[in-house]
Amino acid sequence: MTTSDQTLDAILNLAATHFKVPREKLTPDGDFFKTLGIDSLQALDLLTRLEHHFHVELPDYELQGVSDFRTLADRIQARL
Amino acid sequence: MLNLDQYNCLGEALRDAIECWPTETCLIESDRNKEKGRLTYSDFKDLALPLARALQDADFKPFDRAAIIMTNQSKWLVSAYAIFYTGCVVVPLDYKLTAAEHLQLLAHSQAKVLIVEYYLWRAIMQEPTFSNHKLKTVLVTDAPLKAELAGAFRWEDFRRRGDPAFVPRKREDTACIVYSSGTGGRPKGCVLTHENYLEQCKALTAWYPFWPGVRYLSILPTNHAIDFMVGFIGPFVCGACVVHLRTLRPEFVRDAFTRYKITYVSLVPMVLKNLERGLKAKFDELSPAKRFVLNRMIALNKALTREHPRVKLSRRLLGQVHQAFGGELLAMFTGGAFMEPSTLQFFYDLGLPVANGYGLTEAGTALTLNDFKPFRADTVGRPLPGVELRVLNPDSEGVGEVAVRSKTVMSHYLDDPELTAETIVDGWLVTGDLGKFDGHGHLQLFGRKKNMIVTEGGKNIYPEDIETVFDGLPVKECCVFAANYIWPEKSLGREMLVLVLRLENNQEFTGSLKEQIVACNRRLPDFKRVGGYCIWNQDFPRTASMKIKRNVLAEAVGQSMDRATAVAEL
Repeated sequence: MTTSDQTLDAILNLAATHFKVPREKLTPDGDFFKTLGIDSLQALDLLTRLEHHFHVELPDYELQGVSDFRTLADRIQARL
Repeated sequence: MLNLDQYNCLGEALRDAIECWPTETCLIESDRNKEKGRLTYSDFKDLALPLARALQDADFKPFDRAAIIMTNQSKWLVSAYAIFYTGCVVVPLDYKLTAAEHLQLLAHSQAKVLIVEYYLWRAIMQEPTFSNHKLKTVLVTDAPLKAELAGAFRWEDFRRRGDPAFVPRKREDTACIVYSSGTGGRPKGCVLTHENYLEQCKALTAWYPFWPGVRYLSILPTNHAIDFMVGFIGPFVCGACVVHLRTLRPEFVRDAFTRYKITYVSLVPMVLKNLERGLKAKFDELSPAKRFVLNRMIALNKALTREHPRVKLSRRLLGQVHQAFGGELLAMFTGGAFMEPSTLQFFYDLGLPVANGYGLTEAGTALTLNDFKPFRADTVGRPLPGVELRVLNPDSEGVGEVAVRSKTVMSHYLDDPELTAETIVDGWLVTGDLGKFDGHGHLQLFGRKKNMIVTEGGKNIYPEDIETVFDGLPVKECCVFAANYIWPEKSLGREMLVLVLRLENNQEFTGSLKEQIVACNRRLPDFKRVGGYCIWNQDFPRTASMKIKRNVLAEAVGQSMDRATAVAEL
């Protein structure tokens, strides 16, 4: 089973690749809206990618109130 | 459509709509690429009336208030109809608020009943102040079978046999209490009457009619004034159909257009821009020859629709583009937040007109709307039938504060006669927005007089609502403003919130302080965050009761400092 750290790492890598942002610019507690330069619709796009990667369904509301990678990772981890 | 002049309340109109079109589809619910279900008007009644009966049996009395907190779905509308049927008041709350904010507004509205989606109830139950709530009955949708619900009922099980008593209301009675803002500071609960809604519906459908077979794609949250009207009341009193999507992911929204052959949709600027980006990306992928042909067709369509839209012609000239939107789209609606004229023009040139409008919750849904006679990308349209608008104290360019008198204007702010008296003056609602009329009767907006912003997602953010998150910062004092309130601009773009800081004597602005500001900011949802800060070198002016004189402070800051150099981004 994937650990929390592995989940977090996978999310950071996926986000960096998908939005073409250098991986070193992204930190677990960083605001992903700012660091990725995205709006909430594009954040939903990220959620879709994460669903495919982790093979788990993530309703839109998992993003509600979330703006850092660590919290997002926790939400995903809870469903794995 | 029904003749709304003959009705005194929404319950009566909806009841007659159900009898008029029992076999027409009224609701389609889709989740990603799976259709979850369809309801006819008759099915809708069969779901709503047992709920109404159960509510009445649970001592839900006429004039009582029921809050609804849900994402867009059939159960939202079914619940609302059940509430209207029993002569009660709907309090639609934004599902994107935090659980603490939900509890605050539930208390402010004195809602007796709450109808809520499970994931939201789960968060509310975990709030430290949860045990203080005064709700009598809570109905939770989609709760797992063994979920702990703290005494709430499952919505799906909460029904009783036997006919509920229909309780009619008068036109002047309250239909809904809709919060236009105000979870941090002073909640602004707009008390909207049945007359407000019936008149608004009559005005809107006069310009943009619905009929059986029309499909409205409901993306904006139904608690919002626009979608409550155009995605519920409007279609229902015309026998039309509302399509709900359980996800807002762009790929599924795009699919919904084609799958359900959507006729109308309301969108916020963010979504429209996303669609624009997607279309432009597709156009860029075309071969040079095809791109040439497309550009010529767009130019031809633009020339031939200069006076008004010509839907059939546009669909012939730009068939593939229209097929991507389902081939039946008549218009898209937008309003509230600033919309780039270039985006509006882009869609109009493709034969996909976007009707830009203006309104505020306090005045129902819409006050002005573009009618495409001809299309204007630079205005928010003409006043709707029955709406009187005027510009107060116009300056030399004719720009002043917009005021409105109309049967769609709210009755008052809930439990706030002082704010009501400031807002509705001699029968005119003063909007706090600045505008002027051009020579064709179109309203153009030129900024806001009031200290607030509207985000790209259509959210109203009042600085006083979010300031408390900065309490405890190690500075002498601070407060939040809309940047355009300090540095007025004659346009609605560049909206952002600014934190004004007064440091202690001899205090330096350090990296550590900035980190603390960022940390406080992060406690807010992303759309509520301040975008920058500036340092002010004098004590804030205050009243005798120590309230900050915001207008005085804003004027002083604005006159002493230039926005470009004074504001540092966060």
